[in-house]
Amino acid sequence: MAQPVVSVKGLEVSFATEGGMLNAVRGLTFELAEQEVLGIVGESGSGKSVTALALIGLLPKTAVVKGSVEIDGEEIVGRAEKDMYKMRGSKIAMIFQDPMTSLNPVYTIGWQIIEAVRSHGKVSKDEAKVRAIELLRLSGIPRPEAALDSYPHEFSGGMRQRVVIAIAMANSPRVMLADEPTTALDVTVQAQVLLSLQSALEKTKAALVLVTHDLGVVAGMANRVIVMYAGRVVEFANVDELFYRPSMPYTHGLLGAIPSHAEDSDERLSQIPGAPPTMLNHAGGCPFAPRCPLAQDVCRSTEPALEPVATADGSVHLSACHFRDEVSSMPVASMFKGAEQILEGAEDSGH
Amino acid sequence: MSIFRKKGRSGEKIETQWSTAMRNFRKDKMALTGIAIFVIILIVALVQTMLNPKGWSTLTTDFAKPPSWHHPFGTTDSGLDLMSGCLKGALQDLIIAVIVSTMALVIGTAVGAVAGYFGGLLDSVLMRVVDLLLVVPLLTILIVMSNIFSSGGGSPLAIALLIGFLSWTYISRLVRAEFLALRERPFVEASIALGASSWRVITRHLIPNAIGVIMVNTTLTVAGAILLESTLSYLGLGIVPPAVSLGMLVQDGQGSATTSPWQFFFPAGLLLIIVLCVFVIGDGMQAAFDPRNARRRK
Repeated sequence: MAQPVVSVKGLEVSFATEGGMLNAVRGLTFELAEQEVLGIVGESGSGKSVTALALIGLLPKTAVVKGSVEIDGEEIVGRAEKDMYKMRGSKIAMIFQDPMTSLNPVYTIGWQIIEAVRSHGKVSKDEAKVRAIELLRLSGIPRPEAALDSYPHEFSGGMRQRVVIAIAMANSPRVMLADEPTTALDVTVQAQVLLSLQSALEKTKAALVLVTHDLGVVAGMANRVIVMYAGRVVEFANVDELFYRPSMPYTHGLLGAIPSHAEDSDERLSQIPGAPPTMLNHAGGCPFAPRCPLAQDVCRSTEPALEPVATADGSVHLSACHFRDEVSSMPVASMFKGAEQILEGAEDSGH
Repeated sequence: MSIFRKKGRSGEKIETQWSTAMRNFRKDKMALTGIAIFVIILIVALVQTMLNPKGWSTLTTDFAKPPSWHHPFGTTDSGLDLMSGCLKGALQDLIIAVIVSTMALVIGTAVGAVAGYFGGLLDSVLMRVVDLLLVVPLLTILIVMSNIFSSGGGSPLAIALLIGFLSWTYISRLVRAEFLALRERPFVEASIALGASSWRVITRHLIPNAIGVIMVNTTLTVAGAILLESTLSYLGLGIVPPAVSLGMLVQDGQGSATTSPWQFFFPAGLLLIIVLCVFVIGDGMQAAFDPRNARRRK
């Protein structure tokens, strides 16, 4: 493998709160090569957005960051804010969740793209304008010349998100971070925006870190997937491995919660009972144990390490579960069916 | 500055905030009327003061004469041509207003921006200074200070600087409040994620978004400065003869408002028209700088 574009080693992020240290990310390690797409999935509060912010150095000052994040060989953790300006936009760019608000309302689209193009490196205004039109065309905006003079409020959400993608790729960054890039969009528009994102990757050869809770998006875009739970990686695998042989009960639960469009599936969606734990003063044991239908005593006492599962094709598949091999051979989400019925029963008796 | 018009090689301009605002402003009939009246007053005042610089200091034997061809605004009790006085006074007021509003604009925006964007200790310190200036009655400070500064008779410049130094607090508080709200908007985070420094975020993203508020309050300061100067003159602490201001003329004329009303109504009317023009222009600017607001009018 060539020199990785992103290399994260033992990343830990914690926040000092009144209740003690809140460990938002605990020991995250991964590498990413050019044009590779890493999906990070997990529930709200699992630490996925904090991870994205740590990669671009945008965490609030109260955050305590340990470990190492290297972008194109340059260390991010502990870097002075002044040096970060040069990295952001040129080496690493971010696409935010809500395109309705992530563009400046008082400037035209053209101004904002030209501003982005010219903010790193010396480019004349005319060159920047030509580049802006090119960028808009690449990200799938029809009639890009006319779009230059439009204001953000004149565009729909999908169009705006494409503008945001155009701005993100303005300086051909090595890494793009997308934090829930399609969550705020209509389903029909999502596919188009993902397509824009894909062509942006091909053009810039950047790596993409895709933070989302939409497993459909992950299935379509990602090469590899990290599943996060309570600030920790609980499963890491190639996308096919993860979807066909999930080796962590939590992943089973996530997959079971995807609605199926198959005609014969009139089953109810399975759900994961309970809520994710707060990461305040984690006591020990597997953080998922309280919600896991397979939990044993060992799960409640010892936190499982992230270790490999045997795979057919020899690819790396890691899981943090004491029973990873057993879980990987179970049918997807089957273990949560029981929980589903229990809840249903409780609902019936309530009426 | 970046918000001004740029021309491409093809001669085709890139739409900027400034060019859009100007185009919108040109469609605003109210504001255009305001500008027109304002400019006419300014030109007439300039021409009159240049052609007849001694107009206000030449004593005549026409004491308290009503308006006539020779004295369009009539004369004062001491036989001075009131039109010369009004125009010279208007010019003087405008100079003061420009100095005051520029100071209020620059200091107020800078202080408000820094306090609102950076927050924390800096914010607390700056806002306590503002509080201090706000709780002490402006007039009291002005009375004390103008005595110190203008022991030899009120110099218009000294008075302008004094008023300017004390009237930025209002703008700074508004800009701070606006910045507190704006800095949490996602596009600010997005621009930081694209490598914008604090300076860039403030000058390129936050101030342009707050420009409507800033503009309107600057025009309010203009009107406020003219009125404040009038108050000072009225109290005998502002401009002293031979310099003249509209406030001073109003004060002189008010005693004879019933007997020779022109002595009161001409300077007061001119003052009112100027202040109204400034308000209308400010209002039009606020509308013009908001891309949504202005496009809807088409």
